[in-house]
Amino acid sequence: MFYREAGDFKTTYSEDSQTFPIKFDRIRYYAVLAVAFGVIPFFINDYWANAVFVPFLIYSIAAIGLNILVGYCGQVSLGTGGFMAVGAYAVYKLMTAFPEVSILIHVLLAGGITALVGVLFGLPSLRIKGFYLAVATLAAQFFLVWLFNKVPWFYNYSASGQISAPERDILGIIITGPNTTASAKYLFCAVILLALAWLARNLTRGAVGRKWMAIRDMDIAAEIIGVNPLAAKLSAFAISSFFIGVAGALFFAVYLGAAEVGESFGIQKSFLILFMVIIGGLGSIFGSLAGAAFLVLLPVFLKNVLVGMLGWPTDLAAHIELMIIGGLIITFLIAEPHGIAQLWRLAKEKLRLWPFPH
Amino acid sequence: MPDTFFYAAEVMLNGLMAGVMYSLVALGFVLIFKASGIFNYAQGVLALFAALTLVGLQEGQIPFAHIINAIFGTDLHHFGWTLPAVVAIALTALVMVGIAIVIERYILKHLVNQEPIILFMATIGLAYFLEGLGDVMWGSDIKKLDVGLPQGISDTIEEVTYNWFGYGFFIDKLDIVAALVAAALVIALTLFSQYTKYGRALRAVADDHQAALSVGISLRFIWVLVWSIAGFVALVAGIMWGSKSGVQFSLSLIALKALPVLMLGGFTSIPGAIVGGLIIGMGEKLFEFAIGPMIGGATENWFAYVLALLFLVFRPQGLFGEKIIERV
Repeated sequence: MFYREAGDFKTTYSEDSQTFPIKFDRIRYYAVLAVAFGVIPFFINDYWANAVFVPFLIYSIAAIGLNILVGYCGQVSLGTGGFMAVGAYAVYKLMTAFPEVSILIHVLLAGGITALVGVLFGLPSLRIKGFYLAVATLAAQFFLVWLFNKVPWFYNYSASGQISAPERDILGIIITGPNTTASAKYLFCAVILLALAWLARNLTRGAVGRKWMAIRDMDIAAEIIGVNPLAAKLSAFAISSFFIGVAGALFFAVYLGAAEVGESFGIQKSFLILFMVIIGGLGSIFGSLAGAAFLVLLPVFLKNVLVGMLGWPTDLAAHIELMIIGGLIITFLIAEPHGIAQLWRLAKEKLRLWPFPH
Repeated sequence: MPDTFFYAAEVMLNGLMAGVMYSLVALGFVLIFKASGIFNYAQGVLALFAALTLVGLQEGQIPFAHIINAIFGTDLHHFGWTLPAVVAIALTALVMVGIAIVIERYILKHLVNQEPIILFMATIGLAYFLEGLGDVMWGSDIKKLDVGLPQGISDTIEEVTYNWFGYGFFIDKLDIVAALVAAALVIALTLFSQYTKYGRALRAVADDHQAALSVGISLRFIWVLVWSIAGFVALVAGIMWGSKSGVQFSLSLIALKALPVLMLGGFTSIPGAIVGGLIIGMGEKLFEFAIGPMIGGATENWFAYVLALLFLVFRPQGLFGEKIIERV
């Protein structure tokens, strides 16, 4: 009844091509933003920030990045953890080398550096396709992790081999380091996520995004109709890596504070983010957010139930959690291979006809 | 001749032996990929699960003891008997067949005709599930696997080579056994697929699903068969790896090494899996020996992947893979 195009008259082209053509969606979007920026920062505490909101925001950025590469451009990558490590170490080197520059600029620069590395590892995608490419990106994952472990310059010759974020602020509000407040962490990540999600949404529905999707659907056919595969694939790698690099930088500087590369950015991270993209829905920005939310909340929920309520030992709970996550992934793939985003689309279709389905 | 030369030769030989281990895992991948086009990420975890089950059965562990203890507050751990290795291996093989049936019935059947990436994801989900299940069933502590395979450095080889070259080669007996087993396995698989009815059916399915269906071959049965064989190969790999370095979680990570082996050899070729494994095993040991000390060591973590990556840039289908033909 409320959810329909009818009666919502568009009088300009820009209105006609806006992201949310339905009025209800627009209101909902602004309502979500109002809650995210107007309500949550005032009520958030350390537990909620560290267990739920900050990881959700950061993983969302990474998932959007990976979704650009896998969902929009069709290039399967298992090197996400390695690229996040590039972002983390880049921001660490920048923060310690240029303490007077704003952390925001450092984070964006770290994304840029990761984009360059991503393009380098994306070059073989012009020759290698499908699963061969997926395994080839594992080279990036293992090589980068090894590199950050073995070259002391990257961790400033610290004795433990760890990197830890020094204290930095924006306009006097501390963003990184141990004295950061929960709401500062949250707001910093939320602003970056909002900006990047907006960017991703508009890129993917513009000319660049259409080229990516043409390559994804069939690269030879795309080439014949005039899409340059070199430019399309490498731009997808670059932009995807930029997002992932920013996520890695935030993950280290804002969320973890101190990181060890093999532990924080190992192959498990690559799979986790790939799961977020698949469960959320390939080729959907909303899906990336939904997938990230799902896989951040699930372990928290399971841990609370198994350890908190049933009182089982934590190692047993961890194993059962693995089983449940594995089982859920399979169930999801069988029931809805297009992910949460598809459920969302179906729900909207239903809502359009409600309350008169025929 | 200088000792460094012999040392390099010894490193190379040991690399070849390690390569055999990779090949054992890669073999399972190839079988499944050929028969069903599924890139089975869970192969490594299958090996881990097989090894865990084998140890558990052999030592008479009570499955799910942890969870039973957690729920009922009991303190169960062992039945109190030990099984002979042969019986335990046979029982584990049965368990792997059971798993194959369950996988076909509850996963593959529902995912027919999905895109390869979805199937790949499903096998990752399966890997997580089996990993969790293995730990819940048998506990996650590192276990020693001993089915009576010879262990330690082979004295005979050391003596003979010392008498010949004046330099004794150190080669693990277990590696030699693994090489023999791998050879036997490949011969058995080749004979099976060439000369038996089901082997032919398997090749027909690998060639063309629809054509195979139309001449009356049951796809579902073939899938169960091929996953059972892959489970059996995983069991062999699990025994070898488990005897070498203990049964633990890292087993499933070592199995990731089978991926570059596959890329090098080609996803669809059994000889490719063997040759690829040998090249990777030898290459990474020699690289670590020659270049490793200069750049900080531990290059084995990534060398295989980078080698495969560079190789693929020049030959995208791998050494023995079918030529990739794309049509619009």
